[in-house]
Amino acid sequence: MMAFLTLLARNRLAAFGAIVLALLLLLVLITPWLPLLDPDVTQPANRLRPPFSPDHLLGTDALGRDILSRLLWGTRISLAVGIAASLVAALVGSLIGIVAGYFGGRTDNLMMRGIDMLMAFPYILLALAIVAVLGPGLMNALYAIAIVNIPFFARNIRGVTVGIAHREFIDAARLSGKGNLRILTSELLPNVLPVIVITMSTTVGWMILETAGLSFLGLGAQPPQADLGSMLGEGRKMMLNAPHVAMLPGLVIFILVMSINLLGDGIRDALDPRLKSGALSRPAPITRIRRQPGHADSQDGPDDNALLTVDELHTDFEVGEQTYRAVNGVSFAIRPNECLGLVGESGSGKSVTALSLLGLVASPPGVITRGRVSLAKRDLLGLSAGQLRKIRGKDVAYVFQDPLSTLHPLIRVGDQLIEAIQLHQPLSKVEARKLAVELLGQVRIPNPAQRADQYPHELSGGMRQRVGIAMALANDPQLIIADEPTTALDVTVQAQILALIQNLRDTQGTAVLFITHDFGVVSQVCDRVAVMYAGRIVEIGSTAEILDTPRHPYTRRLIDCVPRLGEPDNEPAAIPGLPPAANALPEGCAFADRCDLVEPACRRGDIELIATDADRRVRCIKPLGIADPTTQGVTT
Amino acid sequence: MLRYALRRLLMILPVLLGLSLIVFAIMSLIPGDPARAILGSYATPENLAELRADLGLDLPAPQQYLVWLGNILQGDLGRSYSLNRPVLDEVLERFGATLILAGTALVICIVVGVAAGIVSAVRQYGWSDRIITLLVLVGISVPAFWLGMLMILAFAVELRWFPASGMTAVYGGGGVLDILHHLVLPALALAVVAAGVIARLTRSNMLEVMRQDYIRTARAKGLGEGRVVMRHAFKVALVNLIPVIGVQAGFVIGGAVYIETVFQWPGIGRMLVNAISTRDLLLVQGGVLVVAASYVLFNLFADLLQHWLDPRIRA
Repeated sequence: MMAFLTLLARNRLAAFGAIVLALLLLLVLITPWLPLLDPDVTQPANRLRPPFSPDHLLGTDALGRDILSRLLWGTRISLAVGIAASLVAALVGSLIGIVAGYFGGRTDNLMMRGIDMLMAFPYILLALAIVAVLGPGLMNALYAIAIVNIPFFARNIRGVTVGIAHREFIDAARLSGKGNLRILTSELLPNVLPVIVITMSTTVGWMILETAGLSFLGLGAQPPQADLGSMLGEGRKMMLNAPHVAMLPGLVIFILVMSINLLGDGIRDALDPRLKSGALSRPAPITRIRRQPGHADSQDGPDDNALLTVDELHTDFEVGEQTYRAVNGVSFAIRPNECLGLVGESGSGKSVTALSLLGLVASPPGVITRGRVSLAKRDLLGLSAGQLRKIRGKDVAYVFQDPLSTLHPLIRVGDQLIEAIQLHQPLSKVEARKLAVELLGQVRIPNPAQRADQYPHELSGGMRQRVGIAMALANDPQLIIADEPTTALDVTVQAQILALIQNLRDTQGTAVLFITHDFGVVSQVCDRVAVMYAGRIVEIGSTAEILDTPRHPYTRRLIDCVPRLGEPDNEPAAIPGLPPAANALPEGCAFADRCDLVEPACRRGDIELIATDADRRVRCIKPLGIADPTTQGVTT
Repeated sequence: MLRYALRRLLMILPVLLGLSLIVFAIMSLIPGDPARAILGSYATPENLAELRADLGLDLPAPQQYLVWLGNILQGDLGRSYSLNRPVLDEVLERFGATLILAGTALVICIVVGVAAGIVSAVRQYGWSDRIITLLVLVGISVPAFWLGMLMILAFAVELRWFPASGMTAVYGGGGVLDILHHLVLPALALAVVAAGVIARLTRSNMLEVMRQDYIRTARAKGLGEGRVVMRHAFKVALVNLIPVIGVQAGFVIGGAVYIETVFQWPGIGRMLVNAISTRDLLLVQGGVLVVAASYVLFNLFADLLQHWLDPRIRA
């Protein structure tokens, strides 16, 4: 509750709304004791006095009544009616919503169809019809506005109730023999109440406006009773010679409703967890980069043969006060035509590493805080969005994991390809289409010309991934970054896709950064492997050597996860435990808590990547199969 | 698509039926003798008896409803006693004027609201976003009838740019330009609230879409931000927004009741308000039925449009 209030207070507009509303409420509550003139005493001699007249601060109306006093008394009525209407609507609507959502089935169906019928009317029209029948009057206006707002509550509350009605604690209550009524009041209601309050806070402003509207039309408050709406309606008749009579009550309605809406929005935002986590912000065109100057960033001498060099890359997610270190100092290099596998459990930072290379990590919340990414000696992280765009899709192309969510759902696949082609090649639409169809054929899609005119949802999963690959190939990139391209596919399709990637390397000389969690896949396509754990590379080397003699205990466990044909005793062993939270990485080895061979030294200091064999490095103080690492290879 | 359209068309029949049932139920809530309520206290006993037989008031309620429904389906909405002409004629004439006003307002609020929402989403947390967010709040908090009066004072009385009331000039009016000239202020006043709501929903929808994987794909291709926003993100947001716009059409038609009163626009809203104060209940009933039915049809149209634009559900 306190946290909620602080959040609310931090939202300056909401706080402002709360203050204005509190002032208005206070004024209205003490109105009977204020030294005001009687709002209903007419003084024909004093009619239509302008504001700031002596005795009448805000002037008088057509009958010589004091406007200030009438405004305050009118606000009292408008507020009371608005709040009463929203209470009635909340009560009846929530009752309908809870009953429909809790009992479900035919009750639900019948009630919600009724609500749908009410919603088939244009909002105010229904209110008018009700007032027409009941006759003009403030109470009738209140009923009318309450009735037309019932559907909002009923629908909202039903939605929440349906979500809760099948949760365990409700089942438990039912099993313990509690009656429906007890469950509804003691278990369900407390959980639904916040939603009722939010719906009220967002609709009460509306209801004040609408009742004022009915009064304005002469269908609400009847003289001598006056709310703000009817004062405005009366003032309209003398709008030209005494505009203040109409303008002032309108202004009060506006201020009142505005302050309620400001506060209501603030309440809604403060209760919405997505806003805090940044899940509602728009990712910038490129990842934010905040590198402190002066880091000695190179561990090795630069590899002159490398196509891509990644050096000490750090990518953080900043969510509120927390910093999640997703990529925590990753270095590797890829040579032309080479395939490097990046392997690790989900959450190990491999995808974030891949996305960081071309600034595709969503930011907020992502920030690249350190490191270099060099493509043919050019630092990609120093480029502007415009410069980076020329490289994206041309020199470096991505193939993403789930092609159903990564292809645009409303654009034909051919057009998505044509777009990719025309971005980097000066081709006409006809030429680009021809190339697109060729590409689809190249990734072995049958009837490519017809498939080009289909939408992603009309293709099978394997077919969609082929489209994704075709799109990556569109501009003959030097490097393809394939982020779990086969994970969503079944095994036969997976084999076809892997063969396709292999074929690409053979025919086009493309280099591939292949991200996966599956060592089985790695063994089929990768020349070299980098194993990632908790945002760092723990072992890197040639595929054959690592598969043969893993040096890091984690690598060993990962390899053991792969089922082997003909060895039924080799149960894939899941690794017990979970990786450490990325916002609370431990000192020393991040794998220590899950490692069988852990010893006290593992939890001290920063453990470096050390070279154990030629072209082989591991981040472990006691690498497997090596007696004393310090006497082997060179420490870096 | 055609099959879907036919199915949806069939599905609105029960809605229309339910609608008529609600109107019938509301109308039968009138205390006392409906015939007297309709004809007023000066009606002769013969007239009352005749009307009762006409309305089938001597029959049981379900039969009454069927008779009533039968009359309506034949286009017989009764006769307005205050205007002394068939309700249907009056309603259709007035509804035309409302459609001109509400249609224009709807176009304005869609264009302005969607544009503001996109700018707001693209410049999230920037100055233009803050200003638009504040304007949106003002838009949805301001009483439309008061805003209309302010506009009359400013643009009709002070600046004399636009006429303050009516749909056509009293002398020699009636041309398209004349109507347009009269239309500017009321259409703007009517568009404000819905524009605010549409801007708000466009913003949140765009932000939601911008986080989707296919937007990252578009960026990974090397697409410029302008085309990412307009071609890739907006395309999806628009499809999501169509039902919202359908709902807003209901608010615009409802708001027309106030705006027509303020600007003396000869539409159905003003007709309804007058009919309520003169207790011309047959006229109220006819107006409500026609407007509600066309609102249902409009939403059917919005639904079909969404299906047509979205290949995922079009199949």
